[in-house]
Amino acid sequence: MAEKFFFLMFAVVAVGSALAVISLKNPVHSALSLIACLLQVAAIFVLLRSPFLAVVQVFIYVGAVMVLFLFVVLVLNIKKAQLETFPKGRRWFAYAIVPVVGIEFLAVIFGKSFTATGYEAAVEEVKVATLGRALFTEYLFPFEVVSILLLAAMVGAIIMAKKRWD
Amino acid sequence: MVDTAFIVEVIIIWIKVVVVALVLFSMPLALTWIERKVAGHIQVRLGPFRVGPHGILQAFADMVKMLFKEDVIPDRADRLLFKIAPLLMMVPVFAIFVAIPFGDKVTLPFTDRELTLYISDMNVGIIYVLAVSGLAVYGVIFGGWASNSKYALLGGLRSSAQMISYEVVMTFAAVGVVMLANSLSLVDIVRSQSGGFWHWNILYLPVGPVWFFIFFIAGLAELNRIPFDLPEDEGTLAAGYHVEYSGMRFAFFMLGEYVAMVSISALAVVLFFGGWDDPLGPFAFGIPPILWFVAKVMVFIYIFMWIRFTLPRYRYDQLMTIGWKVLIPISMANVLVTGFMRI
Repeated sequence: MAEKFFFLMFAVVAVGSALAVISLKNPVHSALSLIACLLQVAAIFVLLRSPFLAVVQVFIYVGAVMVLFLFVVLVLNIKKAQLETFPKGRRWFAYAIVPVVGIEFLAVIFGKSFTATGYEAAVEEVKVATLGRALFTEYLFPFEVVSILLLAAMVGAIIMAKKRWD
Repeated sequence: MVDTAFIVEVIIIWIKVVVVALVLFSMPLALTWIERKVAGHIQVRLGPFRVGPHGILQAFADMVKMLFKEDVIPDRADRLLFKIAPLLMMVPVFAIFVAIPFGDKVTLPFTDRELTLYISDMNVGIIYVLAVSGLAVYGVIFGGWASNSKYALLGGLRSSAQMISYEVVMTFAAVGVVMLANSLSLVDIVRSQSGGFWHWNILYLPVGPVWFFIFFIAGLAELNRIPFDLPEDEGTLAAGYHVEYSGMRFAFFMLGEYVAMVSISALAVVLFFGGWDDPLGPFAFGIPPILWFVAKVMVFIYIFMWIRFTLPRYRYDQLMTIGWKVLIPISMANVLVTGFMRI
């Protein structure tokens, strides 16, 4: 009961701020809305009894990724006017593609295939130790692959940034 | 459906939250006075002396001044963001205290009810604290941007770069403590250090002091205090992100900074100095644990003030070099050493 109330509260704010992200004209305001949206998602993770995921969501997305987004927005100083003009000539393309993709999404969401079967809602909070053990035994290979991918991306980013300065 | 025990639980949590918030709100009043007194005596002067005996009412006078000062909002500023930026700075530092344990369980007099002296014992407490304290950077960024002033914007960018760099360092220090305590819960971290000062993490030789050193420097930088107080560097960027703020909004930024100082002090005590643990261990003579906690926090607050009026300021490039090229490599090596010691 209380849980449902909180879920609805977070969900409504999340959807509202997500709409604000795409509808606001000023990029800094959009970024602020995105921060609000990500915080709501973190709150929903808490309701799903995965505090670790919630905290990591705040730590990485809100605390690091969004700060870097804002850095780019502030340093490039995108003028309001530049954003307001939607590239002309591409408009018909958008009008054509949006309904198709929209109907597809709705079909998937309301279709049966979207409901996970054989899944039971967690009653107990997921312990971090359980998570760590699963990551380093059952999912060791994907974990290592992701690590190497991230490392490669990091090195790539540094090299690309360095080239511009030389 | 809802039984009385549940309602009592909720009421107790409410009371705890309100008490903690009130204490935190009133602390900056005392701390500004203490800071100015410490500054005065270190620099061989008296400090505030006029309002009340030994100037003890100076903070109230300042508060009245701040309240009645005109609240200037620059003409071209982004009004909404300009107004909420000080709050974005203040809310996260208060939220940190949800996870900080002030003491262990106590039994309330006249009832059998046990009361825990912390608001919540999360099993991810330390990550929560780091994540939430990282959010204070938005106050700096938005405050700097919304003022629509070159100095404020550059100051905001500079300060936020400093804060996110040292967040990495601080996270490393937290990793070290987690490795020593085998837990992410702050209550468990304190319990793992109980039984006298020789059990504290600071004395887990040889890695403990190194972790503390890393944590302390990162803490100074996160708090924007000397020798890392670039946000208040009047010589280069007028002042930094809060140039355009005045009156109560400026006071909110300062309030946030003072509460952040309390939070870093409390965190240092919890992570390295045994939290509420009695330093004498088995030879303790009955001083309540919460008093030990408060005393340790006060010592740290004094150390922060002492450093502020003793050291000069680092240059910006030196600041970045210390963070990325000195502290992070030391932390990485220290993770390895700690790992081998804990096998």
